[in-house]
Amino acid sequence: MPTLRVGLFILCAVPAGLLIERLLTGGLGANPVEALLHGTGSWGLRLLLVTLAITPLRHLTGANWLVRLRRQVGLWAFAYASAHFSIFIVFEHRAVLSSIVEDIIDRPYILIGTSAFLLLLPLAITSTKGWIRRLGRRWQQLHWLIYPAAVLGVLHFFMLIRANRWTEPLIYAAILALLLGFRALRRWRVV
Amino acid sequence: ESLDGLADSAFSTDETLTGYEEITTYNNFYEFGTGKEDPSSLAPKRLEHRPWTITISGEADNTGEFEIDDFLSGLTLEERIYRLRCVEAWSMVIPWAGVSLASVIKRAAPTSKAKYVRFDTLYDPQVMPAQAARGFSFLASIDWPYREGLRMDEAVHPLSFLATGLYGKEMPSQNGAPIRLVVPWKYGFKSIKSIVRIHFQETQPETTWAQLAPSEYGFYANVNPEVNHPRWSQAEERRIGELFKRDTLMFNGYADEVAPLYAGMDLRAQY
Repeated sequence: MPTLRVGLFILCAVPAGLLIERLLTGGLGANPVEALLHGTGSWGLRLLLVTLAITPLRHLTGANWLVRLRRQVGLWAFAYASAHFSIFIVFEHRAVLSSIVEDIIDRPYILIGTSAFLLLLPLAITSTKGWIRRLGRRWQQLHWLIYPAAVLGVLHFFMLIRANRWTEPLIYAAILALLLGFRALRRWRVV
Repeated sequence: ESLDGLADSAFSTDETLTGYEEITTYNNFYEFGTGKEDPSSLAPKRLEHRPWTITISGEADNTGEFEIDDFLSGLTLEERIYRLRCVEAWSMVIPWAGVSLASVIKRAAPTSKAKYVRFDTLYDPQVMPAQAARGFSFLASIDWPYREGLRMDEAVHPLSFLATGLYGKEMPSQNGAPIRLVVPWKYGFKSIKSIVRIHFQETQPETTWAQLAPSEYGFYANVNPEVNHPRWSQAEERRIGELFKRDTLMFNGYADEVAPLYAGMDLRAQY
Protein backbone atom coordinates (compact mmCIF):
# COMPACT_ATOMS: atom_id res chain seq x y z
CA MET A 1 0.00 0.00 0.00
CA PRO A 2 2.70 2.57 0.82
CA THR A 3 4.33 1.94 -2.57
CA LEU A 4 0.98 2.50 -4.25
CA ARG A 5 0.46 5.71 -2.31
CA VAL A 6 3.92 6.99 -3.22
CA GLY A 7 3.29 6.09 -6.84
CA LEU A 8 -0.02 7.95 -6.75
CA PHE A 9 1.67 10.94 -5.15
CA ILE A 10 4.24 11.09 -7.94
CA LEU A 11 1.56 10.65 -10.61
CA CYS A 12 -0.57 13.47 -9.22
CA ALA A 13 2.47 15.73 -8.87
CA VAL A 14 3.47 15.26 -12.52
CA PRO A 15 1.12 17.94 -13.98
CA ALA A 16 2.33 20.45 -11.37
CA GLY A 17 5.94 19.52 -12.11
CA LEU A 18 5.41 19.94 -15.83
CA LEU A 19 3.74 23.32 -15.33
CA ILE A 20 6.65 24.51 -13.17
CA GLU A 21 9.21 23.13 -15.63
CA ARG A 22 7.50 24.91 -18.53
CA LEU A 23 7.22 28.10 -16.46
CA LEU A 24 10.96 28.09 -15.77
CA THR A 25 11.96 27.28 -19.36
CA GLY A 26 9.54 29.71 -21.00
CA GLY A 27 7.44 26.85 -22.32
CA LEU A 28 4.19 28.40 -21.15
CA GLY A 29 4.25 30.90 -23.99
CA ALA A 30 3.65 34.62 -24.04
CA ASN A 31 1.03 34.61 -21.29
CA PRO A 32 2.31 32.26 -18.57
CA VAL A 33 -0.18 33.47 -15.95
CA GLU A 34 -3.08 32.52 -18.19
CA ALA A 35 -1.47 29.14 -18.94
CA LEU A 36 -0.98 28.47 -15.21
CA LEU A 37 -4.54 29.56 -14.44
CA HIS A 38 -5.97 27.22 -17.07
CA GLY A 39 -3.57 24.37 -16.26
CA THR A 40 -4.26 24.32 -12.52
CA GLY A 41 -8.01 24.72 -13.06
CA SER A 42 -8.17 21.85 -15.52
CA TRP A 43 -6.18 19.51 -13.28
CA GLY A 44 -8.26 20.41 -10.25
CA LEU A 45 -11.38 19.45 -12.14
CA ARG A 46 -9.89 16.28 -13.63
CA LEU A 47 -8.67 15.03 -10.25
CA LEU A 48 -12.02 15.85 -8.67
CA LEU A 49 -13.61 13.56 -11.26
CA VAL A 50 -11.00 10.89 -10.54
CA THR A 51 -11.86 11.16 -6.83
CA LEU A 52 -15.52 10.62 -7.67
CA ALA A 53 -14.65 7.66 -9.90
CA ILE A 54 -13.01 5.67 -7.13
CA THR A 55 -16.17 4.46 -5.39
CA PRO A 56 -17.93 3.26 -8.59
CA LEU A 57 -14.69 1.58 -9.71
CA ARG A 58 -14.48 -0.15 -6.36
CA HIS A 59 -18.06 -1.40 -6.63
CA LEU A 60 -17.63 -2.55 -10.22
CA THR A 61 -14.30 -4.31 -9.73
CA GLY A 62 -14.46 -5.31 -6.11
CA ALA A 63 -11.04 -3.72 -5.61
CA ASN A 64 -11.73 -2.41 -2.14
CA TRP A 65 -8.18 -1.16 -1.61
CA LEU A 66 -8.99 1.68 -4.06
CA VAL A 67 -10.84 3.53 -1.32
CA ARG A 68 -7.57 4.04 0.52
CA LEU A 69 -6.31 6.17 -2.36
CA ARG A 70 -9.38 8.38 -2.41
CA ARG A 71 -8.30 10.91 0.19
CA GLN A 72 -4.99 11.57 -1.49
CA VAL A 73 -6.54 12.13 -4.92
CA GLY A 74 -9.15 14.40 -3.34
CA LEU A 75 -6.46 16.42 -1.61
CA TRP A 76 -4.53 16.75 -4.84
CA ALA A 77 -7.69 18.03 -6.54
CA PHE A 78 -7.96 20.54 -3.72
CA ALA A 79 -4.29 21.50 -4.08
CA TYR A 80 -4.71 22.26 -7.80
CA ALA A 81 -7.96 24.12 -7.11
CA SER A 82 -6.17 26.14 -4.40
CA ALA A 83 -3.37 27.03 -6.79
CA HIS A 84 -5.98 28.01 -9.39
CA PHE A 85 -7.87 30.18 -6.89
CA SER A 86 -4.66 31.76 -5.58
CA ILE A 87 -3.47 32.69 -9.07
CA PHE A 88 -6.88 34.23 -9.69
CA ILE A 89 -6.68 36.26 -6.46
CA VAL A 90 -3.09 37.41 -6.82
CA PHE A 91 -2.48 37.79 -10.54
CA GLU A 92 -5.94 38.57 -11.86
CA HIS A 93 -6.82 40.92 -9.02
CA ARG A 94 -3.53 41.98 -7.41
CA ALA A 95 -5.08 40.58 -4.19
CA VAL A 96 -7.32 43.65 -3.92
CA LEU A 97 -10.40 42.53 -2.01
CA SER A 98 -12.82 45.06 -3.53
CA SER A 99 -11.74 44.02 -7.02
CA ILE A 100 -12.26 40.32 -6.20
CA VAL A 101 -15.67 40.92 -4.64
CA GLU A 102 -16.77 42.99 -7.62
CA ASP A 103 -15.72 40.23 -10.01
CA ILE A 104 -17.61 37.62 -7.97
CA ILE A 105 -20.75 39.77 -7.97
CA ASP A 106 -20.58 40.78 -11.62
CA ARG A 107 -19.69 37.50 -13.24
CA PRO A 108 -21.69 34.33 -12.61
CA TYR A 109 -18.90 31.99 -13.68
CA ILE A 110 -16.57 33.54 -11.10
CA LEU A 111 -19.27 33.19 -8.43
CA ILE A 112 -19.79 29.57 -9.40
CA GLY A 113 -16.08 28.78 -9.46
CA THR A 114 -15.56 30.45 -6.10
CA SER A 115 -18.51 28.52 -4.65
CA ALA A 116 -17.06 25.26 -5.91
CA PHE A 117 -13.75 26.05 -4.25
CA LEU A 118 -15.38 27.09 -0.97
CA LEU A 119 -17.35 23.82 -0.91
CA LEU A 120 -14.09 21.88 -1.18
CA LEU A 121 -12.47 23.78 1.67
CA PRO A 122 -14.27 22.05 4.59
CA LEU A 123 -13.73 18.69 2.90
CA ALA A 124 -9.98 19.23 2.79
CA ILE A 125 -9.90 20.44 6.40
CA THR A 126 -11.89 17.46 7.69
CA SER A 127 -9.95 14.88 5.68
CA THR A 128 -7.80 13.84 8.65
CA LYS A 129 -8.36 10.72 10.75
CA GLY A 130 -9.10 12.89 13.78
CA TRP A 131 -11.92 14.72 12.03
CA ILE A 132 -13.36 11.51 10.60
CA ARG A 133 -13.52 10.09 14.13
CA ARG A 134 -14.90 13.26 15.69
CA LEU A 135 -17.63 13.80 13.07
CA GLY A 136 -18.75 10.18 12.88
CA ARG A 137 -21.83 9.78 10.69
CA ARG A 138 -21.87 13.50 9.97
CA TRP A 139 -18.50 13.21 8.22
CA GLN A 140 -20.14 11.23 5.42
CA GLN A 141 -22.94 13.79 5.16
CA LEU A 142 -20.49 16.67 5.06
CA HIS A 143 -18.47 15.02 2.33
CA TRP A 144 -21.49 14.81 0.06
CA LEU A 145 -20.52 18.40 -0.67
CA ILE A 146 -18.14 16.99 -3.26
CA TYR A 147 -21.15 16.44 -5.56
CA PRO A 148 -22.29 20.08 -5.77
CA ALA A 149 -18.62 21.13 -5.88
CA ALA A 150 -18.00 18.92 -8.93
CA VAL A 151 -21.20 20.06 -10.65
CA LEU A 152 -20.29 23.73 -10.06
CA GLY A 153 -16.73 23.10 -11.21
CA VAL A 154 -17.88 21.67 -14.54
CA LEU A 155 -20.44 24.48 -14.88
CA HIS A 156 -17.69 27.05 -14.21
CA PHE A 157 -15.66 25.55 -17.05
CA PHE A 158 -18.66 25.60 -19.41
CA MET A 159 -19.39 29.24 -18.72
CA LEU A 160 -15.94 30.53 -19.53
CA ILE A 161 -15.69 28.79 -22.89
CA ARG A 162 -14.92 31.09 -25.79
CA ALA A 163 -15.17 30.32 -29.45
CA ASN A 164 -17.39 27.32 -28.70
CA ARG A 165 -14.59 24.96 -27.70
CA TRP A 166 -17.09 22.69 -26.01
CA THR A 167 -15.31 19.35 -26.40
CA GLU A 168 -13.37 19.33 -23.14
CA PRO A 169 -16.15 20.57 -20.82
CA LEU A 170 -18.58 18.19 -22.56
CA ILE A 171 -16.28 15.26 -21.79
CA TYR A 172 -16.11 16.29 -18.12
CA ALA A 173 -19.88 16.75 -17.98
CA ALA A 174 -20.40 13.31 -19.51
CA ILE A 175 -18.00 11.68 -17.03
CA LEU A 176 -19.65 13.47 -14.12
CA ALA A 177 -23.12 12.44 -15.33
CA LEU A 178 -21.90 8.84 -15.58
CA LEU A 179 -20.41 8.91 -12.07
CA LEU A 180 -23.48 10.50 -10.51
CA GLY A 181 -25.79 8.26 -12.54
CA PHE A 182 -24.00 5.18 -11.25
CA ARG A 183 -24.58 6.30 -7.67
CA ALA A 184 -28.26 6.97 -8.35
CA LEU A 185 -28.73 3.54 -9.90
CA ARG A 186 -27.00 1.92 -6.95
CA ARG A 187 -29.16 3.80 -4.51
CA TRP A 188 -32.26 2.54 -6.31
CA ARG A 189 -30.71 -0.95 -6.35
CA VAL A 190 -30.59 -1.16 -10.11
CA VAL A 191 -26.92 -2.14 -10.15
CA GLU B 1 13.22 40.75 -45.48
CA SER B 2 14.11 43.86 -43.52
CA LEU B 3 12.44 47.11 -44.37
CA ASP B 4 14.79 50.03 -44.90
CA GLY B 5 14.28 53.74 -44.43
CA LEU B 6 11.29 53.61 -42.14
CA ALA B 7 10.14 57.09 -41.15
CA ASP B 8 9.56 57.76 -37.47
CA SER B 9 6.12 58.79 -36.32
CA ALA B 10 4.99 61.30 -33.72
CA PHE B 11 2.23 58.82 -32.83
CA SER B 12 4.69 56.26 -31.48
CA THR B 13 4.68 55.42 -27.79
CA ASP B 14 7.97 55.12 -25.89
CA GLU B 15 6.67 52.26 -23.73
CA THR B 16 8.69 49.05 -23.49
CA LEU B 17 8.23 46.94 -26.60
CA THR B 18 6.71 43.48 -26.31
CA GLY B 19 9.24 40.89 -27.49
CA TYR B 20 9.27 39.72 -31.12
CA GLU B 21 8.88 36.14 -29.89
CA GLU B 22 5.71 36.98 -27.92
CA ILE B 23 4.22 39.09 -30.72
CA THR B 24 4.73 36.30 -33.22
CA THR B 25 3.62 33.29 -31.13
CA TYR B 26 0.59 34.61 -29.22
CA ASN B 27 -1.93 35.30 -31.94
CA ASN B 28 -5.63 35.24 -32.61
CA PHE B 29 -5.99 34.38 -36.29
CA TYR B 30 -8.90 31.96 -36.32
CA GLU B 31 -8.41 31.12 -40.00
CA PHE B 32 -5.58 28.93 -38.70
CA GLY B 33 -7.35 27.68 -35.57
CA THR B 34 -8.56 29.03 -32.25
CA GLY B 35 -5.42 28.25 -30.23
CA LYS B 36 -2.96 31.07 -29.59
CA GLU B 37 -0.13 29.00 -31.06
CA ASP B 38 -2.03 27.66 -34.08
CA PRO B 39 -1.25 30.65 -36.34
CA SER B 40 2.52 30.59 -35.71
CA SER B 41 2.69 26.84 -36.23
CA LEU B 42 0.56 26.76 -39.40
CA ALA B 43 0.57 30.13 -41.15
CA PRO B 44 4.28 30.52 -42.02
CA LYS B 45 4.30 27.37 -44.14
CA ARG B 46 0.87 27.89 -45.72
CA LEU B 47 0.39 31.59 -46.45
CA GLU B 48 2.21 32.94 -49.54
CA HIS B 49 2.83 36.69 -49.37
CA ARG B 50 3.32 37.20 -53.13
CA PRO B 51 1.63 37.45 -55.51
CA TRP B 52 -1.05 39.32 -53.54
CA THR B 53 -3.89 41.26 -55.07
CA ILE B 54 -5.90 43.91 -53.28
CA THR B 55 -9.29 44.82 -54.73
CA ILE B 56 -10.68 48.31 -54.19
CA SER B 57 -14.42 48.30 -54.81
CA GLY B 58 -17.69 50.06 -54.13
CA GLU B 59 -18.27 53.78 -53.80
CA ALA B 60 -14.92 55.05 -55.06
CA ASP B 61 -13.54 56.50 -58.31
CA ASN B 62 -10.30 54.55 -58.39
CA THR B 63 -11.57 50.98 -58.05
CA GLY B 64 -9.89 47.88 -59.43
CA GLU B 65 -7.44 45.12 -58.65
CA PHE B 66 -3.98 46.15 -57.58
CA GLU B 67 -0.88 44.08 -57.12
CA ILE B 68 0.30 44.82 -53.57
CA ASP B 69 3.63 46.38 -54.50
CA ASP B 70 1.89 48.74 -56.94
CA PHE B 71 -0.72 49.41 -54.28
CA LEU B 72 1.98 50.52 -51.84
CA SER B 73 4.32 52.30 -54.26
CA GLY B 74 4.81 55.97 -53.61
CA LEU B 75 3.38 55.80 -50.09
CA THR B 76 5.50 56.71 -47.07
CA LEU B 77 6.57 53.64 -45.12
CA GLU B 78 6.62 54.54 -41.42
CA GLU B 79 7.28 52.85 -38.13
CA ARG B 80 4.45 53.25 -35.62
CA ILE B 81 4.86 51.92 -32.10
CA TYR B 82 1.32 51.33 -30.92
CA ARG B 83 -0.34 49.70 -27.95
CA LEU B 84 -2.56 46.78 -28.98
CA ARG B 85 -5.38 45.88 -26.59
CA CYS B 86 -7.14 42.58 -27.24
CA VAL B 87 -10.79 42.20 -26.24
CA GLU B 88 -9.59 39.22 -24.15
CA ALA B 89 -7.92 41.68 -21.72
CA TRP B 90 -4.29 41.31 -22.72
CA SER B 91 -2.14 43.89 -24.47
CA MET B 92 1.16 44.39 -26.26
CA VAL B 93 3.33 47.24 -27.51
CA ILE B 94 4.17 46.58 -31.15
CA PRO B 95 6.50 48.42 -33.54
CA TRP B 96 4.50 48.20 -36.75
CA ALA B 97 5.76 49.22 -40.18
CA GLY B 98 3.34 50.38 -42.83
CA VAL B 99 1.40 53.20 -44.38
CA SER B 100 -1.34 55.46 -43.13
CA LEU B 101 -4.79 54.22 -44.08
CA ALA B 102 -5.77 57.77 -45.00
CA SER B 103 -3.14 57.83 -47.74
CA VAL B 104 -4.56 54.66 -49.27
CA ILE B 105 -8.12 55.95 -49.03
CA LYS B 106 -7.17 59.26 -50.62
CA ARG B 107 -5.77 57.37 -53.59
CA ALA B 108 -8.93 55.29 -53.91
CA ALA B 109 -10.95 58.53 -54.09
CA PRO B 110 -14.16 57.44 -52.39
CA THR B 111 -17.35 59.15 -53.56
CA SER B 112 -19.65 61.21 -51.33
CA LYS B 113 -21.78 58.06 -50.87
CA ALA B 114 -18.93 56.27 -49.12
CA LYS B 115 -19.84 56.46 -45.44
CA TYR B 116 -18.08 53.27 -44.35
CA VAL B 117 -15.16 51.17 -45.44
CA ARG B 118 -15.16 47.39 -45.21
CA PHE B 119 -12.14 45.08 -45.25
CA ASP B 120 -12.11 41.39 -46.16
CA THR B 121 -9.49 38.81 -45.24
CA LEU B 122 -8.31 36.31 -47.83
CA TYR B 123 -10.73 33.45 -48.41
CA ASP B 124 -8.82 30.35 -49.38
CA PRO B 125 -9.67 27.12 -47.54
CA GLN B 126 -6.59 25.49 -49.09
CA VAL B 127 -4.42 27.94 -47.18
CA MET B 128 -6.58 28.62 -44.14
CA PRO B 129 -7.75 25.29 -42.70
CA ALA B 130 -10.47 26.78 -40.47
CA GLN B 131 -12.28 28.07 -43.54
CA ALA B 132 -12.70 24.45 -44.62
CA ALA B 133 -14.18 23.45 -41.23
CA ARG B 134 -17.47 21.56 -41.45
CA GLY B 135 -20.00 20.16 -39.04
CA PHE B 136 -20.58 21.31 -35.49
CA SER B 137 -17.30 23.11 -34.97
CA PHE B 138 -17.46 26.79 -34.06
CA LEU B 139 -15.17 27.58 -36.97
CA ALA B 140 -17.77 26.14 -39.37
CA SER B 141 -20.32 28.63 -38.03
CA ILE B 142 -18.25 31.63 -39.12
CA ASP B 143 -19.40 33.21 -42.37
CA TRP B 144 -15.97 33.44 -44.03
CA PRO B 145 -14.18 35.55 -45.10
CA TYR B 146 -13.54 37.51 -41.92
CA ARG B 147 -14.85 41.04 -42.37
CA GLU B 148 -14.24 44.23 -40.51
CA GLY B 149 -15.20 47.84 -41.05
CA LEU B 150 -14.77 51.43 -39.98
CA ARG B 151 -16.82 54.57 -40.29
CA MET B 152 -15.19 56.82 -42.86
CA ASP B 153 -14.04 59.42 -40.32
CA GLU B 154 -12.42 56.64 -38.27
CA ALA B 155 -10.75 55.23 -41.36
CA VAL B 156 -9.18 58.53 -42.40
CA HIS B 157 -8.08 59.34 -38.85
CA PRO B 158 -4.29 59.80 -38.79
CA LEU B 159 -3.86 56.91 -36.31
CA SER B 160 -5.47 54.35 -38.63
CA PHE B 161 -2.72 52.33 -40.22
CA LEU B 162 -2.13 49.56 -42.74
CA ALA B 163 0.81 47.51 -41.52
CA THR B 164 3.08 45.48 -43.77
CA GLY B 165 5.72 44.65 -41.19
CA LEU B 166 6.81 44.68 -37.57
CA TYR B 167 10.16 45.13 -35.82
CA GLY B 168 11.50 46.60 -39.06
CA LYS B 169 10.91 43.33 -40.88
CA GLU B 170 8.36 42.03 -43.33
CA MET B 171 5.09 41.03 -41.64
CA PRO B 172 5.16 37.44 -40.34
CA SER B 173 2.32 35.31 -41.75
CA GLN B 174 0.75 34.72 -38.35
CA ASN B 175 0.44 38.47 -37.74
CA GLY B 176 -1.58 39.01 -40.92
CA ALA B 177 0.87 39.15 -43.81
CA PRO B 178 1.24 40.71 -46.22
CA ILE B 179 -0.97 43.60 -45.14
CA ARG B 180 -3.28 44.18 -42.18
CA LEU B 181 -5.21 46.94 -40.51
CA VAL B 182 -4.09 48.48 -37.20
CA VAL B 183 -6.62 50.64 -35.33
CA PRO B 184 -4.93 51.16 -31.97
CA TRP B 185 -7.86 52.63 -30.03
CA LYS B 186 -10.12 49.67 -30.81
CA TYR B 187 -10.01 46.07 -29.60
CA GLY B 188 -7.62 43.95 -31.62
CA PHE B 189 -10.30 42.05 -33.54
CA LYS B 190 -11.04 45.23 -35.53
CA SER B 191 -7.48 45.13 -36.87
CA ILE B 192 -8.23 42.63 -39.63
CA LYS B 193 -5.40 40.53 -41.06
CA SER B 194 -4.30 39.48 -44.56
CA ILE B 195 -6.54 41.96 -46.40
CA VAL B 196 -7.60 41.28 -49.99
CA ARG B 197 -10.45 43.76 -50.38
CA ILE B 198 -11.20 47.32 -49.34
CA HIS B 199 -14.82 48.16 -50.09
CA PHE B 200 -16.47 51.56 -49.74
CA GLN B 201 -20.17 51.55 -48.94
CA GLU B 202 -23.03 53.72 -47.75
CA THR B 203 -24.36 51.43 -44.99
CA GLN B 204 -22.65 50.09 -41.89
CA PRO B 205 -20.92 46.83 -42.81
CA GLU B 206 -21.81 43.49 -41.21
CA THR B 207 -18.64 42.61 -39.35
CA THR B 208 -17.65 39.10 -38.32
CA TRP B 209 -17.66 39.22 -34.49
CA ALA B 210 -20.62 41.58 -34.30
CA GLN B 211 -22.47 39.02 -36.43
CA LEU B 212 -21.33 36.01 -34.40
CA ALA B 213 -22.04 37.39 -30.92
CA PRO B 214 -23.78 40.79 -31.12
CA SER B 215 -24.25 41.01 -27.36
CA GLU B 216 -20.51 40.59 -26.78
CA TYR B 217 -18.89 42.44 -29.68
CA GLY B 218 -20.15 45.64 -31.26
CA PHE B 219 -19.34 47.40 -34.51
CA TYR B 220 -17.36 50.17 -32.79
CA ALA B 221 -15.36 47.99 -30.36
CA ASN B 222 -13.59 51.01 -28.91
CA VAL B 223 -11.37 50.12 -25.97
CA ASN B 224 -13.42 51.21 -22.98
CA PRO B 225 -12.62 50.27 -19.36
CA GLU B 226 -16.13 51.27 -18.30
CA VAL B 227 -18.02 48.89 -20.57
CA ASN B 228 -17.33 45.30 -19.61
CA HIS B 229 -17.52 42.28 -21.81
CA PRO B 230 -20.51 40.26 -20.53
CA ARG B 231 -18.16 37.64 -19.11
CA TRP B 232 -15.09 39.58 -18.04
CA SER B 233 -13.97 42.99 -16.93
CA GLN B 234 -12.42 45.39 -19.41
CA ALA B 235 -11.16 47.68 -16.65
CA GLU B 236 -7.78 45.97 -16.52
CA GLU B 237 -5.46 44.17 -18.86
CA ARG B 238 -2.38 41.99 -18.71
CA ARG B 239 0.47 43.50 -20.68
CA ILE B 240 2.21 40.49 -22.16
CA GLY B 241 5.47 40.02 -20.26
CA GLU B 242 4.09 41.47 -17.02
CA LEU B 243 2.79 39.42 -14.09
CA PHE B 244 0.18 41.74 -12.69
CA LYS B 245 -2.66 43.44 -14.49
CA ARG B 246 -2.64 47.14 -15.21
CA ASP B 247 -5.49 49.57 -15.70
CA THR B 248 -6.97 49.82 -19.18
CA LEU B 249 -7.11 53.36 -20.52
CA MET B 250 -10.05 54.92 -22.35
CA PHE B 251 -9.61 54.44 -26.10
CA ASN B 252 -6.47 52.47 -25.17
CA GLY B 253 -4.73 55.70 -24.20
CA TYR B 254 -5.55 57.47 -27.49
CA ALA B 255 -8.47 59.49 -26.10
CA ASP B 256 -6.87 62.87 -26.88
CA GLU B 257 -6.68 61.93 -30.52
CA VAL B 258 -9.93 60.04 -31.08
CA ALA B 259 -12.50 61.00 -28.44
CA PRO B 260 -13.92 63.80 -30.68
CA LEU B 261 -14.94 61.14 -33.24
CA TYR B 262 -17.53 59.89 -30.77
CA ALA B 263 -18.78 63.16 -29.31
CA GLY B 264 -22.44 62.85 -28.34
CA MET B 265 -22.53 59.07 -28.74
CA ASP B 266 -23.62 56.77 -25.92
CA LEU B 267 -20.62 54.44 -25.78
CA ARG B 268 -22.53 51.96 -23.59
CA ALA B 269 -25.13 51.47 -26.29
CA GLN B 270 -22.71 51.78 -29.21
CA TYR B 271 -19.99 49.51 -27.90
